[in-house]
Formats: sequence, structure tokens, C-alpha cells
Amino acid sequence: MTVAERPPRPAVAEVMHTPLHRALGLTDHELGVIGGRLGRAPNDLELAMFSVMWSEHCSYKSSRPLLRTLPTSGPGLVAGVGENAGVVSIGDGLAVAFKLESHNHPSAVEPFQGAATGVGGILRDIFTMGARPIAVLDALKFGDPSSARTRRLVSGVVRGVGGYGNCVGVPTVGGELAFHPSYEENPLVNVMAVGLLEERDLTRAAAPGPGNLVVLYGSATGRDGIGGASVLASATFGDADPQKRPTVQIGDPFAGKLLIEASLELIERGLLEGLQDLGAAGITCAVSETADRAGTGIRLELDAVPRRETGMAAFEVMISESQERMLAIVRPDRIDAVVEVCRRWGLPVAVIGRVTDDGDVTVVGADGVELARVPASALTSDAIVYEREGRPPARSRRAPAPGAPELAHDGLPERGMDPGAVLVSLLGDPNLASRAWVTGRYDETVGSDTVCGGAHGAAVVRIKGTAKALVMATDSNPRVGALDPYLGAVSAVAECTRNVVITGARPLGVTDCLNFGDPERAEAFWQLTEAVRGIADACRALELAVTGGNVSLYNESAYGAIVPTTQIGVVGLLDDIGRLVHPVFRAGSDVVALLGESTPGLGGSIYADHAGAVPDDRPPGIDLARESVLQALLLDATRSGLLRSAQDVGGGGLCVALAECCLWGGIGADLQVTVGTAPAVELFGESPSRVVVSVAPTAWDALRSLAAGSGIPLRRLGLIGGDRLRIRLVGEGATGAAEERGAGVADEVDMPLDVLRRAWESGLPRAIGEAG
Amino acid sequence: MKVGVVVFPGSNCDRDAIHAARLAGAQAEPLWHEDPDLHGADAVILPGGFAYGDYLRAGALARFSPIMGSVREHAERGGLVLGICNGFQVLAEAGLVPGALLRNASLRFEHRWVRLTVTRRDTAFTSAIPPDVTLLMPVAHGEGCYTSPDDKLDALEARGGVLFRYVGPEGNPNGSARDVAGVLSERENVCGLMPHPERASERLLGSDDGLLLLRSLVTSAGQRLAAA
Repeated sequence: MTVAERPPRPAVAEVMHTPLHRALGLTDHELGVIGGRLGRAPNDLELAMFSVMWSEHCSYKSSRPLLRTLPTSGPGLVAGVGENAGVVSIGDGLAVAFKLESHNHPSAVEPFQGAATGVGGILRDIFTMGARPIAVLDALKFGDPSSARTRRLVSGVVRGVGGYGNCVGVPTVGGELAFHPSYEENPLVNVMAVGLLEERDLTRAAAPGPGNLVVLYGSATGRDGIGGASVLASATFGDADPQKRPTVQIGDPFAGKLLIEASLELIERGLLEGLQDLGAAGITCAVSETADRAGTGIRLELDAVPRRETGMAAFEVMISESQERMLAIVRPDRIDAVVEVCRRWGLPVAVIGRVTDDGDVTVVGADGVELARVPASALTSDAIVYEREGRPPARSRRAPAPGAPELAHDGLPERGMDPGAVLVSLLGDPNLASRAWVTGRYDETVGSDTVCGGAHGAAVVRIKGTAKALVMATDSNPRVGALDPYLGAVSAVAECTRNVVITGARPLGVTDCLNFGDPERAEAFWQLTEAVRGIADACRALELAVTGGNVSLYNESAYGAIVPTTQIGVVGLLDDIGRLVHPVFRAGSDVVALLGESTPGLGGSIYADHAGAVPDDRPPGIDLARESVLQALLLDATRSGLLRSAQDVGGGGLCVALAECCLWGGIGADLQVTVGTAPAVELFGESPSRVVVSVAPTAWDALRSLAAGSGIPLRRLGLIGGDRLRIRLVGEGATGAAEERGAGVADEVDMPLDVLRRAWESGLPRAIGEAG
Repeated sequence: MKVGVVVFPGSNCDRDAIHAARLAGAQAEPLWHEDPDLHGADAVILPGGFAYGDYLRAGALARFSPIMGSVREHAERGGLVLGICNGFQVLAEAGLVPGALLRNASLRFEHRWVRLTVTRRDTAFTSAIPPDVTLLMPVAHGEGCYTSPDDKLDALEARGGVLFRYVGPEGNPNGSARDVAGVLSERENVCGLMPHPERASERLLGSDDGLLLLRSLVTSAGQRLAAA
């Protein structure tokens, strides 16, 4: 795929001559509805408050009806969708909080600050729940790695993620890096944060108790990030539109670190009735959401808000997205203690209002003049909702039903192919190559809990004082999503949970970040609808709840929309860290085997990108019932201590999975793969529900009977050992290629690990021009 | 034997240092930067992080904090002080160990596992490290390039003041002069190093080599206590 010839830049909107509501991003229809909610016309300040709260980013006005179809309850869930982050109990009085969130548009405009504040924002969501953040994972998507724009974005975003996480002392333990031309103008920066809390410290973002004080602490309020939610996050945009730069917030990780420590101390000491961070839409969002959740109102004294600059207008104070601020609800008799804690951590603190019983957000200026009065619910739970229209594109490339007959042309691209050479080129693909260039910029060991970091496989973080560990992964499948958004979502959920399960951990829940185009376009809305249906189906089949997440729409530029991208994050619980299964080959003479079998289709695979013209571009389908059985089998096998290693077959297919097991373990293997009429499908196809395992020879029979009992196919591939990866091909598809190329070329993979390692390690730096 | 771990605003390895010091057999407690009282600590650890946001220069502001006066007095009395990463930067800024730490040669933050040789076993920080053992531990910093004029480096080496050096294929992560990873004060009671021994104190986390260093510190402080 290539980026089409670029159309001319869109003209910058003529802000000066448009009516105020339109300049703020509200439609004429929405202005009318606001009048209906209020029973009168809104004044300018109220209009500004509505404009940010009714933005797509804050109101989910396009996606809310869809999100209601997701399964959102499950065992152990103590806080779910609608809270700042999902929280799941893990026993021993402990719980884990986690959530994925996007910061796409700010990162496109200002990559360093955009990514840094993305990390800061999701960390606040975690500690607002009363949890100490213990891990960050970053899922990044960029355009052509060789373009100057992508290189600038990669460098800025990676510095931004590291700059914030490293400084606040939360390890960045994993994530994802992918490149696709559709992200050229609109990169995706999705960040997942995970936190740990004592269940008794669980804190709600609500403002209960009329008479309680509303306290703002953290950084003072400035003019940065004005209109971030409405103007930047909720509209398509051209690149580096200079008018939008002031909408990007500026992060201060040092203040963020103080905010974490002060907030956790306030919570541990039981000094707060409620706590909400200030993110999109600033004070307006924090007061209206906390009041609405508690069924109360808040009377806000505008002049009491500490400012970092003079002459700020009322609307600027109300919608500023200045970072590192928190809103706490405090009983009057505890205010002195709260002030003392904030002062000790060097944070400005001010009482800016009181909880009332009238259900309104009332903003009061100097001398008690009422500047705005809006029902809290009108800004939040009763915000406008759209039933958008979705329509599939004229030609969609749906996946074949599982079990559909394998088409003869699935095998075409490998005619004349040297599988060893293909493997080397796949390992060097920046989508599959080592991410060490990125992870080396991130502190992944701070906290002294990281058992496995971002180098390979799922991240594993132990819980001090217990035998438990949390296993976390992020996954997405945008190439498949481009062909079939439903399957893209289903396979992302399946792969992400599988990546957690292969370590021996039981998934606790799913968080999602939906990155899509303009929902007012019928095709983009259809894609979103299909993705949500996919997440729902996959979660029901795997008996998991969606615990929270985020929707990022309008990911379009003048050059087109991004491919539908369903980003999934999963956290799992490993009861006994001693039973952790790694993805790497460990001991010579262990038996290597494949659980699961390949299904037809090369569409959406990295191989398809490399092979160029793949005649049938359908992606392989997935059987969710079978996936569920496979995952149960893997948990059984780990619990009984059968597995020496387990590695998901993902991007690049079986050959790449086997190479990874060898490279990461520093030991070779001598294997044999049976190929039918379509060797490329067998070797490089990315059909789901497959796992490479290794077992001690003495455990082979036990694994075989376990697999037989579950009905999951188990194929013995060979033995671990040596310093080469050798894969001999047998079966009817094994001949032909070598014959066509002439004598002397082996029709097999037989590569020294050194060669594979060089390709894998140099792939990313070479692609982005950072080699040497 | 009591270890005090200083908490500056922006310290982020204080909890790790307390955890590891306890594993090494010490009683370990946090010491707040505004409180000049060391609360009876026999040894002091300045932990990693970004004290005071590392504004101006890493460690530049922290050395003026109230507790640093007491740490200096503790060191002048011969008390043991260990500075790790940002703590090393603070010690260097305060002049309690020689040299300075500049931005990494790569101009980037570097996180990686490195291997260290230990030049001497007769110090308070290395006495429990078996001979011929190299230490595996992580580094995570943006400003760890150890720098000093050549003549001073010669003198430092001559007096045995270079305690740890980067070795092996993992290499020198920051371009430090002569591969210096950690140094000793003239009186040999203050040590600063860039790698993180506290994060390498359990096998489960990839290495427990760092515990050897912390055990040396705890044992030495205990012996000094007994002798006093």
C-alpha cells in the first residue's frame, strides 16, 4: 500500500467570522438542544462549557449507544466502565486498576508533549482510583518508517513516553510498535497504565455530601490546552496546523510525581470523600462528572482557582487543560489535614467551591455574581447522543468461515520462494523486529518488580509480599482490521488474551482503545460498529468483561482515514510466580510442538506485504469456541507444570514464532513442518489460535493426552538444540520451489542464529535511519 | 544497623532502596529532605530519581536541601553514604565524591543491563563481594557520563578511588571516562555509582548481584557500630 498523491492542504478555518458556537465546535442543532436542556439560551461561558463536554472526546456522543452492547460485568470487578479505570479484585485484599487511553492528535501536532501528557493523563486515571501505578505499556503506530515526518514523530513520541514515565518512576514494561502508511499524518499513541491498590483504598470520582468542600490541588491553571477536547481531539485536521498548537497541553513529570505521592497519601489516610483528575475539559469536566455521579451539585468560586497567568477569562479557567491538577471532595473538618499534605509535597492547594444539593454546576465570579448555572447531568450523563448511520464499503473482504476449503491460489506466492530468505526479511521488518531501540529509552526496572520487560512477550510484574504476579499485554491487528474490522477486533482480543494465558496467567479483564475515523461518515461508523461487535463477541466467548477504555474518532487527515484500529490491553493474574512460563526455548533436547492448526488466508499478514501481490487477500478466520478451548488447555498445561515454554504464533507466522523462541533463548532447533498445497500459509500465515510450546521429553505423553482430551491438534515439530534454526519441509507442498530455482538450493530453512539475530536486531534502527 | 534512605521530591527509587536494604539485613527507613535529623541512621543512601525535577542540572538543587547538611556532617564524621544514580549526581554536585556526571554520549536516556568489575574488595561497599565476580545490574539514566580531568583521573585511579567499571559485551552505556561506573571518596566512606544495585537484589528480577554491594554496606556499618 502506498500513500496516494497528496491533495493540497485544507484551508485553515475562518474562525473570526463564524458564530461562537460553531467556532467552539458545536453544530446549530446542538445549540438548539442545549437551549432545550436549559429552558433558555446559554450565555457564552455556558456555551464554552457545553462545547467541551459535548465534544466527541468527553461525551462519546457517537459511540455511546455502541459501547452499551459490550459485556461490562464479570467476577471480581469492583469498578468498571464509567469510572476513571477498571478495577478487578485479585485476592489478599488487593485489586488491580488498568486502562488504555489514546493521545493521538496531540502527539501528531507536538509529539514529545503529546506523548508525555498521554502518559501523565493515564497515570492520573490510575491513581485517582487509589492505586499506585506500577506499569506503563505503549502501543504506537506510525506511517512509513523512512519518511522524515515519521522519524520525527517516532523520536519525539518515544522521548515523550520515556521522559514522563522515567521521571515519575513508573516502569514502561511493554507495548507495541507498528507501521502502516495510513498512519502517516495521524499516528496513534495509545498508552496503558496498570496500578495496584488495597481494596479498602478504592476511591470514587464522585462529589457526595452537600456542604463538603471542593478542593483543587496540583499545578496552577494556565492557558495551555484550551479546547483540547473539542477542537483537537474531536475533528479531523491537517498536519501541524499552527492554530492548534496552543491546544496541546504541556506536561511536567516532576509535578506529576508529587501529585502521585500526595494523592496516595491523602487516600491512604482516608482524608477524601471523592477524587477526580483534571484531564480533557479541565475543571468543567471534573466538577460536572463528580457532581453528576453523586447526584449533587457544585458551586464554584472562580476567583479561588490558582492561576499561573493573569488576565484569564472565565471560560479559559473553566476549560483549560493544564496538566497535573486534581479535584478532591473533602469534609470541612479534614481540610486542614489535606492542606498540610499538599503543602508538604509542595503543591498549591485551594478550596474552590462547595458541594450543593441542587444538581447544578454553578460558577460564581467576584462579589458572588452568577456567571453560569447548568445542570451537571446536562453536561455529562444527559449529554447529546447520536444514532449515526453505518454502511459497509461496496467491496468488503470478509474472512472465510472457519473450515472453508483451502483455495489453490493461497499457495501461489511462495513459488520460487526461499523460505530462509523470507524469514530473514520478515525478522528485519520494523513491525516484527526487535523493539530494543525503543525499550532502551524506557526505564523498565524502576520499582524493583519487573520480572519480564518489553524485550519480548508479555510483561510480567510481581507483587511484593505475595507469590503473585500481574501479566500484561497490548495487541492490535490493524492489517486485518483494514480488510475486516470485525475480525480485526476479534483477533486482537484473542491474541492479547492468548499472550497473557501462555505465561500461565488468568486474564482479569479487557481494556480497549478504539481508534477510528470520522463517525459522521457512514463507512467509518460501520467500521466502529463492527469493531465493537467483534470485541463483544470475543469477550463473551472468552468470558471476560470490558473494564473500561477510550474511543478516539476523527483520526483522519486531508490524505484519508487511518485503518480501523482496535487496540486491546489485557491484565492477567499469575497466582504463583514460580509457575511462570516464558516464551523462550530453554533446554537442549526438549520437544517442540505446535498447538492448533493453520487456516487458509494470507490477507492482512506481514508476509502479504512482503510478497506484494497476494491473489486472495482475505484474512484467515477465527473460531472463538476453539480459541477458548485452546486457552483453557494452556492454563491446564501450565498449572500442571508441563510446559517449558509457550509462544504465540502472531505476526510473521509459525517461522517467525520459532525464530523468536530460538533467538530469545539463545539456542537453536531442528524441526520439520508438514506443508500441504500452500506452504506460505503454513510457514508465514498468521491464522490465530496457534501456540508453539516446548516440553521436556518426559512430559510429551502427558501433553499429548491433555491435548487429545481437548480436541486441539498437537503436532510434534522436532527438538531444541544447536546454534541454527533448521526447518525441513515435508509433504506435498514441499517440492517445487527448489526444483524451480535449480539444484543446490535447499527447500528448507537452515539459518545460523547469528544471521537471524542480526536481521532481527538491526531491522528497526535501519528502517528509521538510526542504525550505527 | 539502621539505613536511612533520603526522600527528595522527585526521588523515585527510595522505596526500592528501602526494600533492598531490608533484604540485605538492615532496618531501613525513609528520611524526609526537609528534616535535617538523620534519626539515628548508621548509613545513608541517596536513591535514584529526579530530585527537585533535576531542574538546572541533575542533582544541582538537591544538594542545598536541609538534609544534605546533615549528610555532609555524617560523612565528615566518617559515616557511610551510598549514592545511586541520581544520588551519585547529588553527591558529585555536593563535592562529596570527585568528578562530574554529564549527559550520556548518546544524548539519550539509556536503560540496559550492564556488567561491572569490582576493583577492590577491601572497602565498606565491596567487602562481601567474592573475588573474581563481576556484577550484573541495570542502568537507567540520561546523565551518567563520568567526567574528570586526566590528571585527576590518574590520581583517582592511583588511590584506588575507581571502585566499579563497566566491562564485557554489554559495554559502557554512557561514554564515561575510563569506563568508570562508581567512585569512592578520599576517606573511602562515601561511594557513588550510576548502576542500580537495589534493582538487582533478587534472582527473580534478573540478578541478585546488587545485594552483595548492599550486604557489604550493612555489614561494614554494623562493624563500625560494634567498634564504636
